[in-house]
Amino acid sequence: MSLRPERQAPPEIFYNESEARKYTTSSRIIEIQAKLTERALELLALPSDGIPRLLLDIGCGSGLSGETLTENGHHWIGMDISESMIDIALEREVDGDLLVSDIGQGLGFRPGSLDGAISISAVQWLCNADKSCNDPRARLKAFFSSLYKCLARGARAILQIYPENTQQLEMISTAAMRVGFSGGLVVDYPHSSRAKKYFLCLSCGPPSTSTPLPKAKGEDGGSESEDDSEDEENETVDVAERQRPAKRLKNGKKVKGRAWLLKKKEQRRNKGVTNVPRDTKYTGRKRKTRF
Amino acid sequence: MRLLTHNMLSCNIKGVTKGFPLSIEVQRLDTKDADFNPDFLRNIFPKLEWKAFHDAAVSIGLNDIPEQVDPTMLEDHEFLQKFHHALLEVHLEEGALICPETGRRFPVTKGVPNMLLHEDEV
Repeated sequence: MSLRPERQAPPEIFYNESEARKYTTSSRIIEIQAKLTERALELLALPSDGIPRLLLDIGCGSGLSGETLTENGHHWIGMDISESMIDIALEREVDGDLLVSDIGQGLGFRPGSLDGAISISAVQWLCNADKSCNDPRARLKAFFSSLYKCLARGARAILQIYPENTQQLEMISTAAMRVGFSGGLVVDYPHSSRAKKYFLCLSCGPPSTSTPLPKAKGEDGGSESEDDSEDEENETVDVAERQRPAKRLKNGKKVKGRAWLLKKKEQRRNKGVTNVPRDTKYTGRKRKTRF
Repeated sequence: MRLLTHNMLSCNIKGVTKGFPLSIEVQRLDTKDADFNPDFLRNIFPKLEWKAFHDAAVSIGLNDIPEQVDPTMLEDHEFLQKFHHALLEVHLEEGALICPETGRRFPVTKGVPNMLLHEDEV
């Protein structure tokens, strides 16, 4: 099992030219990206009046997700930190406008300017501290607070994420709630470790009863027939608990006290061992340091 | 980059309060056809900062965008055509965006603005 991409290198380095090309020529990834985007659009619940909207694609990469947005008739602005990925997007002549930008530095958009935002498999990158100046919590805060600002009132953001463990998931969703988003997590196919997908559904403004949290797919025991051969970013991205073994506690051995010592000596005597030292007030006492 | 995006972008440097609108430095422009959709134009119209849009259009050499507008003009087909052309069809391919407050230059190459900030600007 290979490592999660997030563990190998920062995104702008991991998605270099060859990785970007590999990503975009894999028909499996293309299909999964398209499906995830379709699902995100469905969760975005834009009014179905046929009017194109202006959407933001966070971590657009080579524009695979943007293509689905274009097919649905929307205008979009894509942003990504990897220039190689953006180059591939240019080669593919996607219809949206592209920006090279680091979402952990905040999104530079005018307040209330966007009708919605989606993000496919990107936000978990913010949990990494790749440089000494990076603090994941500060970056998540910068990202979510600027996202909140640039969305129109009542607009939604759907972020599909691959959290590494539950702590990461909690860190991301707490950061979102803290800046004022309402909404929550929708988990598709929660019973399958491979097809499980996390969608963070956020909406600007107070929670309203008219737009309840959408229902997850495959909740009732996971009929994932259409989905079982897939998960993006490979089998490597199963949600695993901590991979690193916990550090040994400093005092690994249990300290054995006087009582234990006396018991052992008694056992030896009963066995008939003759040279067992006497029990005195010094038995099992700690030596002085100068010894 | 189209003017649609330009109208939404603002400078994101820490401490900058008036990071909008970014002024445009043009080296090369390109025109690509886009589908004309009056509904989209009517929908996006209230979201635009018209003055910034007008100024940006002038700075890339489109002088037929009126300075003053009112929503009734959105019924005028000729106006919509011009609006559509300026908003969605003209792309800034090479050049730069400049922050109005700090003068920081964000280069635009192959139509993609590079909005990455330095460590000390975050």
